[in-house]
Amino acid sequence: MSGPAYVIGVDVGGTFTDVFILDEAAGRVTTAKVPSTRGDQSRGFIEGIASRVEAFGDIRTVVHGTTVGTNALLERKGARTGIITTEGFRDVLEMRRRDRPTTWGLKGAFTPVVERPDRVEVRERVLADGTVLEEVDTGEVETRARALIEAGCDAVCVFFINGYANSDNERRAVEAVRSVWPTPYVTAATEILPEIREFERLSTATLNAYLQPVVSSYLDRLESGLKEQGFEGDILIVQSNGGVMSIDTAKRYPVRTALSGPAAGVIAATRIAQAAGFDNIVTCDMGGTSFDVSLVAGGEAALAAQTSIDFGMVVRTPMIEITTIGAGGGSIAAVDAGGLLQVGPESAGSDPGPVAYGLGNTRPTVTDANLVLGRINPDRPIGGKLDRLDIDAARAAIETHIAAPLGLTIEDAAEAILKLANAKMAGAIRLVSIEKGHDPAKFAAMPFGGGGALHTGALIKEVGLASALVPRFPGVTSALGCVVADMRHDRVQTVNGILSEIDTMELGKAILRDARETASVLSSAGVSFETVDRVIELDMLYLGQTHTVSVPIEVPETGLTTCAIRDAFETAYSATFGRLLKGIPMRVMNYRIAVIGRRPGLDMTLFAPVDGKPAKDCRLATRSVYVDGKHHVAGVYDRLALEVGARIEGPALLEQPDTTIFVDPGLDATVDRFGNLVIAPAE
Amino acid sequence: MTIDTVTLAILKGRLEQIADEMDATLFRSAFNPIIAEAHDASHGIYDATTGETLVQGKSGLPIFVGVMAFAVKAVIDKAAKSGGVHDGDVWIFNDPYDGGTHLSDFRLVKPVFRDGKLFCFLASVGHWHDVGGNVPGNYNPAATECFQEGMLIPPVKLYDRGEFRQDVVDILSANSRLPMSLYGDLNGQINALDLGTRRMGELLDDYGARTVGDCLVELKARAAKLMRAQIAALPQGTVSAEDWLDNDGIVDEPLKIALDLTIDGETMVMDFSRSSPACAGPVNISRSTTIAACYVALKHIFGDVPANAGVLEPVEFRIADASLLAVKAPKPVGGYTETILRLIDVVFQAVAKIAPEPAMACAYGTINALSLAGHRENGKRWVMFSFFGGGHGAHAGGDGLNHGNAPISTATIPPLEILEAAYPVRFTQWALRPDSGGPGETRGGLGAIYEIELLEKQADVFLFGERGRHAPPGVVGGAAGAMNRFSYQQSDGWHQPPMASKMVGISIDRGQRLRLETPGGGGYGNPLARDPQTVARDVALGIVSREHAQSDYGVALDAEGSVDAERTKTLRSREAAE
Repeated sequence: MSGPAYVIGVDVGGTFTDVFILDEAAGRVTTAKVPSTRGDQSRGFIEGIASRVEAFGDIRTVVHGTTVGTNALLERKGARTGIITTEGFRDVLEMRRRDRPTTWGLKGAFTPVVERPDRVEVRERVLADGTVLEEVDTGEVETRARALIEAGCDAVCVFFINGYANSDNERRAVEAVRSVWPTPYVTAATEILPEIREFERLSTATLNAYLQPVVSSYLDRLESGLKEQGFEGDILIVQSNGGVMSIDTAKRYPVRTALSGPAAGVIAATRIAQAAGFDNIVTCDMGGTSFDVSLVAGGEAALAAQTSIDFGMVVRTPMIEITTIGAGGGSIAAVDAGGLLQVGPESAGSDPGPVAYGLGNTRPTVTDANLVLGRINPDRPIGGKLDRLDIDAARAAIETHIAAPLGLTIEDAAEAILKLANAKMAGAIRLVSIEKGHDPAKFAAMPFGGGGALHTGALIKEVGLASALVPRFPGVTSALGCVVADMRHDRVQTVNGILSEIDTMELGKAILRDARETASVLSSAGVSFETVDRVIELDMLYLGQTHTVSVPIEVPETGLTTCAIRDAFETAYSATFGRLLKGIPMRVMNYRIAVIGRRPGLDMTLFAPVDGKPAKDCRLATRSVYVDGKHHVAGVYDRLALEVGARIEGPALLEQPDTTIFVDPGLDATVDRFGNLVIAPAE
Repeated sequence: MTIDTVTLAILKGRLEQIADEMDATLFRSAFNPIIAEAHDASHGIYDATTGETLVQGKSGLPIFVGVMAFAVKAVIDKAAKSGGVHDGDVWIFNDPYDGGTHLSDFRLVKPVFRDGKLFCFLASVGHWHDVGGNVPGNYNPAATECFQEGMLIPPVKLYDRGEFRQDVVDILSANSRLPMSLYGDLNGQINALDLGTRRMGELLDDYGARTVGDCLVELKARAAKLMRAQIAALPQGTVSAEDWLDNDGIVDEPLKIALDLTIDGETMVMDFSRSSPACAGPVNISRSTTIAACYVALKHIFGDVPANAGVLEPVEFRIADASLLAVKAPKPVGGYTETILRLIDVVFQAVAKIAPEPAMACAYGTINALSLAGHRENGKRWVMFSFFGGGHGAHAGGDGLNHGNAPISTATIPPLEILEAAYPVRFTQWALRPDSGGPGETRGGLGAIYEIELLEKQADVFLFGERGRHAPPGVVGGAAGAMNRFSYQQSDGWHQPPMASKMVGISIDRGQRLRLETPGGGGYGNPLARDPQTVARDVALGIVSREHAQSDYGVALDAEGSVDAERTKTLRSREAAE
């Protein structure tokens, strides 16, 4: 009999590192949750795996959702980066698209990640049709590059105007820079995004350069740390588009990890919900520092072509659409000078974490409020390293910082913290559902992250959602998402030609060539797939328009025809806008290729409880919980021991190692055949 | 109130989403970049009997929020005289005297019926690329009557009970230099209205006309209540502010925009009586445009007031019939953007005198409509028309934004790569303009430098700008930003237009260039109070010169660029004494 064969998903959040372990040989899953290690996340990563796996040599694949890139962008902690650009255009990054952060009120500010003195110019010019007006002088490029090195830049981005139409000058400049640059952190804008629109291309490429030293060195540490433990398998990294890429690709294109962690969670949620028969969900990922919401309608997670990480911080690569607000378990509650209660965005994270952790923080957090109100068991803390939570310290902190200044009892103060946190979270759900025209009554909330399931009941009541679906392992959903995510690579190339003038046979060949090249990135990753899907789209428009329509098209080996493109465009255009325009030439702006390697699906019935017991046999104790200004006696249940079909009336607390679920008064919880818990208003 | 707060919140979200979706549909399908990229368009939902704005999309041009109500009212009045409103009708027009703004803005107005009864109106407005007249792109600084600015279409039916009237489109197309662009934009607007009608139908199916109707009434009442509370919180009394337009493009004399602003309990009076009379050139505006501009200024200061007619209930306007702020046909109004920007500037300046905390200094204050037009080698006509950015004003919380968009719009600038791909030009510079931000304790944002070279044989150049002679003022002791400066190259060297920032039909040849240096925003607070280290940093970034650090801020730097504390102290005490 062969030994175990593990596929392991690891999600490193701001507070916890979650590990999801699938033993493919035995068809068994286990999970682990350990505190994240700030400074070097790879330590917690390896400790988390080591807590469950004896021999690292038994691990086939490690799939990782990382927030290293996201945090570096949000906290502006990327590397000092230089930009080498066409003469006359050093300010493109700072000038953006002449926008402002808010429509109303003219008080916006913007600080680019690369300051003006580190943005230098060289003589060169390519015209829009690809003609080289002035060749680049590689000697001048080298001189500029040396000056940036001298100034202390660790990374550099080379970006030339109209590089999408002809990248010869840019490529020669990049070679010249690489010949003198002391680190591998040299980004060519057209390698990242050979697409027309200078600011979007430059911003994406600059952020790639800005992240490269940070993300690469982290991945290097991770790789060598795993190898030291005897690991010989593959490491894959989750991209913002919900697919995975090889670790080497991630080092080259770190900007694709901008939303890596949250994307993994959404992928997992989509799969779990679909198996359970829910096509419309709002995922709610509550971590230590933030609350992320995404909408999945009709089984498809919404993708955005472009995202602003912050005002003016534009990343133009396909990304799962995620709305984030600063409300998590570690969010600190405070009363401001005006006597107003605030929750977040300041967070205690996992270190020092909530007051109850006893690691040095004295200001109360959302988790402290949950503890004081009886929703968390002080003797069974989530995460492993702590033996028990210090409820007295939590009470004292809430009394000092909230109850006394507001003249409330400790319980009422704690409930006020939760109400404010819930209102913020409900606002985020409204933003992605109601404000986009969706009826919340047709959606279920799917909480994940350690703290989400404590708040679900309040959220479904406040927003008017039909129900909530709590997966069997909500605390490690993102880690599970790593294991089920497909491998995906996106590629774009600007064509910018009139359809009637394009040699469509050549275009078809070029697309197929790029598609094969993209597919080879997939096959070189050494991962096995059930199938490889290829999605090809043309961005097209009528001559004179500036915005494009996505036109899905088949490119047969026999070649592409003008007629086929026209038909496909007209189908897509009329589906989008209704009215075709007669007699106006069509333009092909870009082609886009997505190659998706479908990884083996995970049988979700793996999560179904085995030897489950009726609810009454899983009742461990009772605890007093404080809701709506009064105490209730809530049953405490061992969630993982519940049998399929078990039904529990609120108020109730369901405990499991990675999370605690609170069923509010007036709600019922039922275990479905996959082990998910469906929470809905009592009938 | 007959509607619960949760339903109100849900319906508000869905109604705004309908307007937003209409905006998005037009932006994506429009032909001309002024709509597609600059978002010079807007959509909303309007009252069935009064035409008042009920809900407006978030992404359209802010100025239209105030002005569209007048457009819908114009259709209601016209329909009342010509057989009424019917299901399936769509009205089209661009009359700026009734509907506000200028001839380039074509409005489509469509009634929504429910159970055989008129429920509300949907409207779409978009800035078309060319609507005839003397100048391609229609910014004609030499116009003295609207007939030189373009065709004027009163409200007529584009659809009559569902039947499309091709003859109307034929008339429009025959009067444009760019009929294909016109056809594309018109279709985009029809698509947007079709989508809006569908979405309204779904909403009414889900909630019923009664509930949605109640919601619309409640939203208006809440807007008025909110605005009254905002006004009541301001100090009582009257303050005044004056500002100037360079000229009207015909007569080279400055034009005054004056505001006397009175706060009286929950009421605000905006009195523009002391402003200049109607002028010969195209910087006049109609009364509806004036009111809409004031709405925009107020909403910038009181950010949480909704895009809803209720906001203007507690505001009284005094606008003299003879002034340039209330003209009627055929006075030219093509350059309305410049006048409304100045209106916003005087509101900002007046409010800064009573409420310095929420106030902002003036932004760059000109749209800088620049058009280049010519023929390609194959004989085809081309018109490149675009607006350019500048600095935002400083405020108590920080420096003004560099290279922002105009307060009346949320327009983004087209990518220069898109412009170069579409027109025979190349940009030789696209940069921030050092020393353009108005000095202050917080500094005004920087304007920009755009330099363009012609790649075809010949082109005619038109510019409609402002702030060439009167710089964007600072507030609360802050100084003005840099003035607008336009130069063009011909065979005998560089020139500047005699009317500062307005110019008609100058010809340039291949290889010759245009250079536009746009104003920065005004400063906020005394420049001598600005932290010398912050000034040193501005110098290190190359956005303030050493000379200006010394003359504007009284900050002396040593050879390395560090603050020379002794000399700075001397300079500052000397300047403070002056």
